[in-house]
Amino acid sequence: MEALTMEKRLKMYRLMLTIRAFEEKIVEVYAQGLMPGLAHLYVGEEAVAVGVCTALEPADLITSTHRGHGHCIAKGGDVKLMMAEMFGKDTGYCRGKGGSMHISDIELGIVGANGVVGGGIPLATGAALSAQMRNSGQVVVCFFGDGASNNGSFHESLNLAALWRLPVVYVCENNGYGISVAQSRHQAIKDVAVRAAAYGMPGVTVDGNDVEAVHAAARVAVDRARQGEGPTLLECKTYRFRGHHEGDPNRGNRYRSRQEIVAWEEKCPLKGYEAKLLAGGVTWEQLEELKEKVQQAIEAAVQYANASPFPPLTAALADVYAG
Amino acid sequence: MAIKTYRDALREAMREEMLRDAMVFIMGEDVGVYGGIFGVTAGLRDEFGEGRVKDTPISEAAIAGAATGAAMTGMRPIAEIMFVDFTTIAMDQLVNQAAKWHYMSGGRIKVPLVLRTTTGIGRRTAAQHSQSLEAWHAHVPGLKVVMPSTPYDAKGLLKSAIRDDNPVVFIEHKMLYNEKGEVPEGEYLVPLGKADIKREGSDCTIVATSLMVRRALAAAEALAGEGIDIELVDPRTIRPLDIETICTSVSKTHRLIIVHEACGFCGVGAEIATEVMEQAFFELDAPVVRVTGKEAPIPFSPSLEDYVVPSVEEIAAAVRCLVKGGE
Repeated sequence: MEALTMEKRLKMYRLMLTIRAFEEKIVEVYAQGLMPGLAHLYVGEEAVAVGVCTALEPADLITSTHRGHGHCIAKGGDVKLMMAEMFGKDTGYCRGKGGSMHISDIELGIVGANGVVGGGIPLATGAALSAQMRNSGQVVVCFFGDGASNNGSFHESLNLAALWRLPVVYVCENNGYGISVAQSRHQAIKDVAVRAAAYGMPGVTVDGNDVEAVHAAARVAVDRARQGEGPTLLECKTYRFRGHHEGDPNRGNRYRSRQEIVAWEEKCPLKGYEAKLLAGGVTWEQLEELKEKVQQAIEAAVQYANASPFPPLTAALADVYAG
Repeated sequence: MAIKTYRDALREAMREEMLRDAMVFIMGEDVGVYGGIFGVTAGLRDEFGEGRVKDTPISEAAIAGAATGAAMTGMRPIAEIMFVDFTTIAMDQLVNQAAKWHYMSGGRIKVPLVLRTTTGIGRRTAAQHSQSLEAWHAHVPGLKVVMPSTPYDAKGLLKSAIRDDNPVVFIEHKMLYNEKGEVPEGEYLVPLGKADIKREGSDCTIVATSLMVRRALAAAEALAGEGIDIELVDPRTIRPLDIETICTSVSKTHRLIIVHEACGFCGVGAEIATEVMEQAFFELDAPVVRVTGKEAPIPFSPSLEDYVVPSVEEIAAAVRCLVKGGE
C-alpha cells in the first residue's frame, strides 16, 4: 500500500477538525436551546469516521448510528444542511423531519443515521446486496457501536453477509460503553472483532484514535470487499469525551471515573495527529489557518440554520408515502 | 378466461414482474430450492437462478432489513416471511426502518419493498402459526397492507405492490392457495386502495377480508334462499382503505356487518365501523355489527380452532339478527 500523501493527510486532519468543531458548536447551541431533541456527540471518536470514510470512493455507501454527525461529515456531508436539520429547519437535509438521529443524503451515499441501536446493520447488509446484484462496484460501510454488537440484528446480518460474500465492512466503534454500561459489564469478550470468526470473516482490531491506523485497516477491508472477497469486521477502540448524550451529567461520570476520562483525553485523536503532522513538516501556521477556516464554516452553518424557516405545518403530512 | 389457483396466480405475478424489471428479486426462507413452504415460488429459482431467488438463513430481521436496505438503494425486493406471526421478529425493520425512511429523508429515499407473508387458521398449527396480525401493520403510517381473497385479485394486487414505491405488506391466506378462480391471460393490474364488490345486494352490506370473503359469500348464498339480499364488499387493501366504496354500499343497504378473522379488539373492523360512523352515520338503520375472531390465541385442537374464528353459520346468524331482528 502506497504512503499517504500530505494532501490526503491534511484532508483527514481537516475532516477531524470539522467534526470536532461541529460537535463543540452543538454543545453550545444545545445549551442555548436552539437544538431540540437529543444530541449524541462524536467528540473523541473522530479518527474512526475519518479514517474509514477517506478509504471510500464517492459512490460508496455508509449507514450510520444515533451518534452519526461524524460519519456524515466524513462522507462529505454539508455542515450547513446538517446544522439546519439539527435546528429542525425546512432547509435541513431531511426538511426538518429527521433530525440529528436520521440524517441521510442518498446522493452522497449516506444511506442514513439511525435511532435504533443495531437498526442500521441489516440495512447496510441489504445495501451491499443491492451493490452486488447491480454489479455497481460499490462498497458499503456499516458503522455501529460495541452496544449494538449484542443485538440480534448484528448476528443475523454478519452471518448473511459472510454467507453471500457481500461487499460490506462492519465498523464497530468500540467506545467502551453501551450508554452507561461498560463493555466489561455487557459482554464477556474484550475484542468485538473476535466475533468475526463465528461468521467466517476476518476480524481486525485497531487503535481507533489513530486515524492513519484506522485508514490503513479500512483500506484493506474495503479493497477486499470491492474485489468480491466478502465482508470484514473492523473494530476501532475509541472513547467518547462527552456523555452518552448532551444532558448526561458531567460527561457520564455516574458510570465512569474522571480519571478514566482524562486518561483518554490524553489520547485525543486530533492532538495526536497534529503532533504527527508537525513532525512531518507541516507548520503551525498551516494548522492554524485550517482551524480558522473550519471555524468559519461552522459559524456560517449556524447562521444559515438560524436564518432558515421552520417547515410549514403541511410538511407534517407530506411524504408519508411515495408517489 | 383461464381458471387458476391463488398460488399459481401469485407465482405468475412475480414471474411477470421479474421478466419485466431486472431489479425485482425474491428472498426468504425456503423460497428457492424448496419453492416456498406453500409452493408459491416453485420453479422460479430454476427459471431466474439463485441470484434472483435467494434462500436465506432463518433470520427474519435480516430478511426484512436487508430487503429494506436493498430497496433504499435501487432494488425492488420481494421478501417472504413464512408466517405473519414471524413478522413480529422483523418489526423493527418494518416499522422503524421501512415505513419511515421516505418520510425521515424528507421524501428523498424510496423503499419499494414487498413483504409477502401468510395469515390465518385452517392448518391446525396453533397459536404461533395461525394469527391474523394485519391490524399491527395497518396501524403504521408509511406501510401499505394488502389481503387478496381471489386468484384474480392476488395476481393483480401483487403486480401493483411490486411496482409501488412504498413498503407493502402483502398478506396471503394459507387456506386460499388451492382455491381456483378466473385469471385473464395477459397483463392486468388491480390498483392498491380500491375495494371490490364481490356480490351486489340491497338488504345488508357485509365488509369481509381474506378468507372471510369466501365465508361471507357462502353465507350470502344461503341467505338468498331466505329472501335476504347481501352486498359483499372486499376492501382488498387494508391500508389505504377504500372507505368510499364501503360508505356507498352502506348508503344503499343501510346496514353493515364487518367480518374478519383477526380478533375484534383494536382490529380493522373497529376502524371501518368508526369511519362509517363518521362519514355515513345517518345512512345506518341499525348499529354496525362485527363478527370477528374471539379474544384468545388460536388453539390447536381442531374443534377449538374452528370455534374461535367466524364460520359461515355465525355470519349468516348475525345477518338474520340484524336484518330481521329490527323488523
